[in-house]
Amino acid sequence: MTDPGPLIALRGITKTYGQGENAFTALKGVDLDIARGEFVAVMGPSGSGKSTMMNILGCLDSPTSGSYRYRGIEIVGLDMDQRARIRRHSLGFIFQGFNLLARTSALENVEVPLLYRGYPRAERHSLARQALAEVGLESKERNTPAELSGGQQQRVAIARAIVTRPDTLFADEPTGNLDSSTSAEIMRLLAKLNTEQGITILMVTHEDDIAAHARRVIRVRDGLIASDETRSAANP
Amino acid sequence: MILNALLIALREIRRNLMRSFLTVIGIVIGVAAVVTMVTLGRGATAAVRDQISKIGSNMLIVRPGQDWWGSGTLFTAADLDAIELQIPGIEAVAPMINSSATAVFQEKSRSFSIQGSNADYFRMANWELALGRFFTEEEVSNVAAVGVIGETVRKELYGADVDPVGTRLRVGSTSIEVIGVTVAKGLGGRGEDLDDNIIMPHTSVLRRLTGSKEGRGISQVRVSAIDGYPTSKIVADIAALLRERRNLARNEDNDFNVFDSQELAEVVSSSTRVMTSLLAAVAGVSLLVGGIGIMNIMLVSVTERTREIGIRMAIGARARDVLLQFLVEAVTLSCIGGLAGILLAWLICGPLAEAIGAPFLFTPGINVLAFLFSAAIGILFGYMPARRAARLDPIDALRHE
Repeated sequence: MTDPGPLIALRGITKTYGQGENAFTALKGVDLDIARGEFVAVMGPSGSGKSTMMNILGCLDSPTSGSYRYRGIEIVGLDMDQRARIRRHSLGFIFQGFNLLARTSALENVEVPLLYRGYPRAERHSLARQALAEVGLESKERNTPAELSGGQQQRVAIARAIVTRPDTLFADEPTGNLDSSTSAEIMRLLAKLNTEQGITILMVTHEDDIAAHARRVIRVRDGLIASDETRSAANP
Repeated sequence: MILNALLIALREIRRNLMRSFLTVIGIVIGVAAVVTMVTLGRGATAAVRDQISKIGSNMLIVRPGQDWWGSGTLFTAADLDAIELQIPGIEAVAPMINSSATAVFQEKSRSFSIQGSNADYFRMANWELALGRFFTEEEVSNVAAVGVIGETVRKELYGADVDPVGTRLRVGSTSIEVIGVTVAKGLGGRGEDLDDNIIMPHTSVLRRLTGSKEGRGISQVRVSAIDGYPTSKIVADIAALLRERRNLARNEDNDFNVFDSQELAEVVSSSTRVMTSLLAAVAGVSLLVGGIGIMNIMLVSVTERTREIGIRMAIGARARDVLLQFLVEAVTLSCIGGLAGILLAWLICGPLAEAIGAPFLFTPGINVLAFLFSAAIGILFGYMPARRAARLDPIDALRHE
């Protein structure tokens, strides 16, 4: 790897919503480094600023001030289209609500990011099939979300997130809508992607036992990082 | 990228088949109406022009009676001469004596319409010869017993391919020599057969068939105007002349009428034009309404799919990808509507043209125009909803329930 620096580097990131008396500062100067290949859980009560931080990290939102370098590239100051380009080339997203396209087959859902990258049809098919196989859903490629269980839908969402081979996977409460045994399955899948493919994972969660799958746990409180613990090994 | 957007659009349309169908119905009806109206309008105009050219253009027809259907004192040969000699701007004058008589050839016989006129009549009424010759001015003065027969007469009395020229035909109480056969004109404006006639010198008809009181018996005078001479002037001159000759007092109405084929042609084609453009305007309004329908459904779709737009943006769609997607979807919808409308128009034009008795003239121009117009409507009315979709903030869109 030619770039020895951290994958993600936040310096003095602030985010203020509104103006004047109604102004609300969600982030008050966050500094954070995340190295390539880490599996990080982000925790914190609602209103703590963790969603704002994740939106900024995911290049969906830009901070009011500070610096955000992703793979050494300054993100602050980029316009929406430039941020969309970073997202499509380097980032993958999975959501609490799965956010699959309704009435669209699993295979087609996984193909969508490739569509925006202009891949030819045959290549889209083979890459999407491969990603579905990696999440253990090779037999469900024709099924629509309505025909899949919650766990299977989240697997499709993970396949869609990794089909473009991103550096970083953003997971927003990926198990929030799932029962505990399915949650454990999903977490094992994420841990496997992290160790086997070296994908950096940033995951927001409320639950300690889910956070326990990650090696590093960051707690956000009142717009600042309250604690940042790294264990030598994950203890699921 | 456009191809991908088209792919997504088609998938989206297929997914909401019923709604898409209802949305494009406005466009379908609008396009079908425009194409049908213009196609039928052209057909009708062409049909009218065709019929007028059968009468002959630059043609005035003087008839007895106050209006076209009226009857009154017939004209005399002297009236005919007076018109020919005293009215300026006239190229030729032909009388018309309309009668009917039974014609007999060998053992076949049937009643046919008998027309008496002069040698100029053939050219003025656009008759052409299939066989033989027309009669001459000399034969007219000599009250010759000759006649030119129509195609129907030949078919009925001789057989379709028989050459009747030189045979003698019994017509009423006299016998004539058949000297020519005219080329078939087909059906006239009221569906009457234009070819079941025997044309003879008017002098012969008067003398040999109808017998005339005091030389009257001309039921129509055809006048052809010199090219470029105003026919309205001739109409006025003829009216003045005939009033004098027929001794009409100042307060009496004309007991004859002058029909101007040029004027009729203009009236008919301009009224068809007005009707066509009126109906096309109505159809245009329905296209506009169809476009608003598309805009409406696209706005609903953007609201409904806000979350989907958020997802697409999160997984790599740029604002312009989203704009393109919704724009292409709107244009695809309106183009499908346009094509369906054109197909529908083709389906209904045939039977409709037959019903109104006009030919079905396929005009590529209006089809292409209607299609382009429907595509333009898609762009016009799809742009606003598409821009709304593209301007969504991904975070808000993702949060949208």
